[in-house]
Amino acid sequence: MDKRLERILPRVQKPARYTGGEYNQIIKDKSAVELRVAFCFPDTYEIGMSNLGMSILYHTMNSLDYVWCERVFAPWGDMYAEMKKAQLPLYALESGDSLDSFDVLAFSVGYEMAYTTVLDMIDQAGLPVKSRERESLLPLVVVGGSAAVNAEPITDFIDLFLIGEGEEMNNELLALLRTAKHEGWDKRDFLRRACRIGGVYVPSLYEVSYNPDGTLASMEAKDGAPTRVTKRIVQDLDAAPYPTKPIVPSTEVVHDRVNLELFRGCVRGCRFCQAGYIYRPIRAKKPETLIKQGIESLQNTGHEDVTLLSLSSSDYRPLAGLCDGMLAYCEPRSIGLSLPSLRADNFSMEIMEKLQKVRKSGLTFAVEGGSQRLRDAINKNVTEEDLLHTCAIAFAGGWNTIKLYYMLGLPTETDEDIVGIADMAGRILHCWRENAKNKSRGVKITVSTSCFIPKPHSPFQWEAQISKEEYLRRVNLLRASINSRNVVYNWHDADTSVVEAVLSRGDRRLAPVIEAVWRNGGRLEAWSDYFDYQRWMDALDKFGLSAAFYAERERSVDELLPWDVIDVGVRKEHLKRERERCYASVLSPDCRHACLACGALRLLEGGKCDG
Amino acid sequence: MDKLRLRFEKTGRAVYISHLDLMHTLQRAFSRAGLALKYSEGFNPHPQISIALPLSVGVASVCEILDFRLLMEEDPASLPARLSAVMPEGICVTDCWEPVYKPTLLKYLEIEGVFEYDSRPVPEMRYALEDFFSREAIVITKKTKRGEGPSDIRPAIRSISFAEGERAVLLHAVISAQEPTLNPALLPDALRQLAPEYEPDFAKFRRIENYLENMEIFR
Repeated sequence: MDKRLERILPRVQKPARYTGGEYNQIIKDKSAVELRVAFCFPDTYEIGMSNLGMSILYHTMNSLDYVWCERVFAPWGDMYAEMKKAQLPLYALESGDSLDSFDVLAFSVGYEMAYTTVLDMIDQAGLPVKSRERESLLPLVVVGGSAAVNAEPITDFIDLFLIGEGEEMNNELLALLRTAKHEGWDKRDFLRRACRIGGVYVPSLYEVSYNPDGTLASMEAKDGAPTRVTKRIVQDLDAAPYPTKPIVPSTEVVHDRVNLELFRGCVRGCRFCQAGYIYRPIRAKKPETLIKQGIESLQNTGHEDVTLLSLSSSDYRPLAGLCDGMLAYCEPRSIGLSLPSLRADNFSMEIMEKLQKVRKSGLTFAVEGGSQRLRDAINKNVTEEDLLHTCAIAFAGGWNTIKLYYMLGLPTETDEDIVGIADMAGRILHCWRENAKNKSRGVKITVSTSCFIPKPHSPFQWEAQISKEEYLRRVNLLRASINSRNVVYNWHDADTSVVEAVLSRGDRRLAPVIEAVWRNGGRLEAWSDYFDYQRWMDALDKFGLSAAFYAERERSVDELLPWDVIDVGVRKEHLKRERERCYASVLSPDCRHACLACGALRLLEGGKCDG
Repeated sequence: MDKLRLRFEKTGRAVYISHLDLMHTLQRAFSRAGLALKYSEGFNPHPQISIALPLSVGVASVCEILDFRLLMEEDPASLPARLSAVMPEGICVTDCWEPVYKPTLLKYLEIEGVFEYDSRPVPEMRYALEDFFSREAIVITKKTKRGEGPSDIRPAIRSISFAEGERAVLLHAVISAQEPTLNPALLPDALRQLAPEYEPDFAKFRRIENYLENMEIFR
């Protein structure tokens, strides 16, 4: 271990997250590999080690014998300060080698608030943050993950983006890079060839121009780059590699458990939800595959918990059979099986009863909108009747903690809808009074609101975000409408939502803003400990840009959008139609009832969408 | 099955795993090795596994003691290899037997220390340390549950000696493990408080062996 590191570690909080050495980490002989990949997660160890995508791709990249892929996380503030003081560069956990010994810095970016941390980690690797200032081919700096569906705000810093699922695409890129390294290609040559790999977006191969009003005028592909980059998907999830020997952290992380991924995509089509659109088409795994992988993973990790992951678990057709299969293994071994993302319906309650034989923890429902009209408008297919019915069963069964999540500022929302949130909480309280067996334990109903953020590739991608002031007005309206001591109201601060709204639908002009925020100390900004709203506003000002232009401006439907260069499969026409149906407060059927021909099916080569 | 006792090493990168995290890590290792731990009865069952003397974060050891009970009969001699095969880097099980003494009888710990001096002359520091630790009493201010107070650590040091190393003075000592417990970190801390000119730039420790009151090895 580096002497400097040895002296720092006893002084920082939770040092085990900075050492590596965990069970199932992959160690290779560095003299025997041809490419070294630093797989960088721009947030803390605890968050990154809970990320399933990171775990999958760590294993797929390491399945190449000529590649050694290692993990790198962002140090927390105390460690960061100590490293700066000791002039200790950022290092990878497996080998402890600093990032200057790597050929690729591959970032997994899931949310916009991580952008400044990406810059910071490039800088900590001793590299210039701007792509064009890194003249040699190696190290190559690449970004994948769901934030890449609008890559524009960080294109100045990144050599190329990997759009979509990385299991196959990453390894194709590494194969090309191996050849490039052997044959001594320069960076320009490499990028021109890399852009022919499906899903690879090389931003430097696109010429961008703007209209006088600041909107995008054109985006021209050059040097043979595709006009639009189509997202990559894995065709057959059953055949896709899945890590059944995941790394077992030696210290506590956020999700410390075996993860099983039931399916990708979502049949629901909630109009505010980016995830519901960008992960289509729907591809499910067979229960036999999941049970086999689940048991293997439990044996190889010793975990006490296994979670069934997906965007909407109740929509997994063979869910009951899968639960039975897993429980047959888990119950005799006291292994917990948990199932987040259930819908508020009868079927889900039966499953819940099955799973939570011992512990009656809280129930959480994402209701999103306060009235049926608004829920129809956003296509959130939950009725109050269903919800109350589910709560009645839950209260009768001994649950006494209910959390309800809503968004304020959804398109078409009125004050009536907001007051409706308080009314609904009141009716749930009444439902508890009527159904709870043991009232002496009391009940706690928590209502949480966040500020709606319009996201690229969703039907609301053209929508305006409400202003901070308006959000606060709506918060206060709701506060005033809640008058029961059993109902607790929490609201998220709008500051982060504003910055997130700016970045999520941003363009290339935001690059200097992001750089300025980082240079002024911005990093780990998904944490309120480190987020600074004013720093963002000052930086926007400095470069003559306004948050309102990005966040509060409704786009015209024929405006060229910065993320139009990315094709996630769903057609723009479909998004437009869904938006129109929102304004008519018309529900769209879920994919199981009727296929709306969203367009994602064409990504499947002769396959069938499980919608 | 009756209570069993393991001896294991915790060195290298594993020294930064905290006691609580280590308990969790060991439980998972038992599970990976296919060894079912016996759980306690009651409302909130927990596995019956305990460590004789919790180790501070950053301190290495080649003599950690873990007591546990298994659900099934197993040959104790087979356990070190089975468990070591599924441990994170730096943890290695070296022995397993049926306990002879109660953990409360563990009285002394043999430790090694490295006091690093980056620029000060090592021979001079060595003499100074020998001199300092041969004092009749070494009274330091120590944080206790009741706040800060004076505490003489000298009676907790059974023997101590020093040798010269590479830019470092090497310490070898036998210290009281329980009643009173002496945290080795208090040795350089005593220097910081009473003779700061000899305080090392960095100090690290390793546990070597456990003893009973009569200096018989704890089994």
